[in-house]
Amino acid sequence: MKPFVKITGIVAFLPEINIDTDAIIPKQFLKTIEKTGLGKYLFYDKRFDVEGKLNSDFVLNKEPWNKAEIIVAGDNFGCGSSREHAPWALLDFGIKCVISTSFADIFYNNSFKNGLLPIVVDKNCLDDLSKFARLGENISVDLEAQTIIVNSFVFNFAIDLYRKHCLIKGLDDVGITLEKSNLIDIYENKIKDKSWVIPDFQNIKL
Amino acid sequence: MKKTLFDKIWESHLVEERSDDSALIYIDRHLIHEVTSPQAFEGLRTMKRKVRRPDLTLAVADHNVPTEGRVDGIKDEIARIQVETLEKNVKEFEIPYLPLLDPRQGIVHVVGPEQGFTLPGCTIVCGDSHTSTHGAFGALAFGIGTSEVEHVFATQTLMQKKPKTMLLKVEGSLSVGITSKDLALGVIKKLGASGGTGYILEYSGKQISNLSMEARMTLCNMSIEAGARAALIAPDEKTVLYLKDKPLAPKGDLLKEAKKSWASLFSDEMANYDMKLSINASTIEPHVTWGTSPEDVISINDCIPNPEDAKNDIKKKAMQDSLKYMGLVSGQKLTDIAIDKVFIGSCTNSRIEDLREAALVVEGKKVSAKVHAMVVPGSGLIKLQAEKEGLAQVFIDAGFDWREPGCSMCLGMNPDQLKPKERCASTSNRNFRGRQGRDGRTHLLSPGMAAGAAVAGHFIDITKS
Ligand code: SF4
Repeated sequence: MKPFVKITGIVAFLPEINIDTDAIIPKQFLKTIEKTGLGKYLFYDKRFDVEGKLNSDFVLNKEPWNKAEIIVAGDNFGCGSSREHAPWALLDFGIKCVISTSFADIFYNNSFKNGLLPIVVDKNCLDDLSKFARLGENISVDLEAQTIIVNSFVFNFAIDLYRKHCLIKGLDDVGITLEKSNLIDIYENKIKDKSWVIPDFQNIKL
Repeated sequence: MKKTLFDKIWESHLVEERSDDSALIYIDRHLIHEVTSPQAFEGLRTMKRKVRRPDLTLAVADHNVPTEGRVDGIKDEIARIQVETLEKNVKEFEIPYLPLLDPRQGIVHVVGPEQGFTLPGCTIVCGDSHTSTHGAFGALAFGIGTSEVEHVFATQTLMQKKPKTMLLKVEGSLSVGITSKDLALGVIKKLGASGGTGYILEYSGKQISNLSMEARMTLCNMSIEAGARAALIAPDEKTVLYLKDKPLAPKGDLLKEAKKSWASLFSDEMANYDMKLSINASTIEPHVTWGTSPEDVISINDCIPNPEDAKNDIKKKAMQDSLKYMGLVSGQKLTDIAIDKVFIGSCTNSRIEDLREAALVVEGKKVSAKVHAMVVPGSGLIKLQAEKEGLAQVFIDAGFDWREPGCSMCLGMNPDQLKPKERCASTSNRNFRGRQGRDGRTHLLSPGMAAGAAVAGHFIDITKS
């Protein structure tokens, strides 16, 4: 995973609440067996019309926001399905950070696993950022300092320390847990006599 | 200390606790399907890692599969590659798999309980948000992303932040003809699409005990639409009865042992919750959604709402956009709205009881000439059972398409999709824009209400006819 330390980039504002993962990456693109190449399908139904032509009204199709690295959006961003294709598509498009007043749980988790930083801010901060976004200003996000900086304005944000650590170092979760495999062995040993938990696949012919 | 059902399951699965309220928890059951697993298997291969416990894993293809002409294989090449990739992966990593032509194949959340893979007191995960369904058995079950699927493969554990708990007490009883789908939509209406975010939602009350296992699954299934990643209902006699002869559930002495352990699976009186709410079941009416979020719920006898009544400007704008997308005008009566398609299926409402409910409404009647209606059973076993009971014939005689099991038009990854502007009465769980097909218009409702709409050609109140 690519570490996230600090970025400076253009911000696109999506003035909607409940932006679901079906909108972020529609189902027809979930048939892939790869993680890459999904950026061109990001927000597909918004970016392209029925004939596949670019919809020039949509913010991510307009200069300078077509090079946006940050998205600012309304409440409950990423609700809906568990598809990790949503953060994959965002990252592949070039988005590295999403700022909202709240995120759906699974999307929030998935983002961290891929080096995409979701930031929760309050309503006032969101309103301010959306104004800067509309002006096409550059915004800096510094994860180490936990700050968002635009011109001379500084907004602080809170984040789970463990998640911050993993993101800054680009740590692979599986690798971290595998180092503790002795603890997993101990647990499995402890539940050995709970044998009803083991499904007996002999009972079904496969 | 008094404990909630959630506390009890959480504590018995701790592998390692951390100081910041998060923990490494052990996973008892891992369900996988073709869409969210390929990249996880690829990750294992790249790092030369193994699946730690294939014997606690079960695979089935459901999202992408055709619901007709299946013996001829999958025509869509990319879909076929995805299913073949799953088959190749389960073989390489020795994971139990129910093949496409096996009568036990079906939607992952239907198959798990049906095979007895889902058990009370277990932790269950799947790369699918509707894993909350399995909470109906008193299992801690939640959806995960592909990175977490890979984590479970390699370690049989997950690092999780301890969620908050919410108790939803259901007072009173549902009126005749009102189902757990109506209740589920009522809960989402009350909580909103993000009201449950960060919480485990436990349902309790006499009405919950009175619900069948199928109805409990419908309720828990929809909890994710209120933002709650997992739902819980304490197991009881009905749970045990349901599981008793399911193939993978414990038998004989093991069942005795299991029952002893399951007997402790309830929330202690006076246990602490982070939030407590109640809802009166007797006030629940047949519900239908009008907009593009599952929280856009109204009663069948209501009119389409007015954005001017929204509580703030953001909500007002969202309502205006939804009405435009849905091709509706505020003030319109739901019962005046004509439909083009009916979909009875999905992990929310494709179980035998759902099909019985719908068949009861259509029996001896015909699907409106203007409507295309389909029934997609949740699994091959349900399909067989419905054929045995004569339900399939009732549907076919009425003019329904009778299909093979899978997710189908719940998300339209396969050819079952809405065309632009087509309006669908759907028993599924999400009315998001484009969910059932680009520019398609989805209204969520119960199986009986969907069946009623199929016959009438528009929404109707089945409790009145
Ligand atoms: S039926 Fe629908 S909601 Fe359920 S698993 Fe399939 S796609 Fe997801």
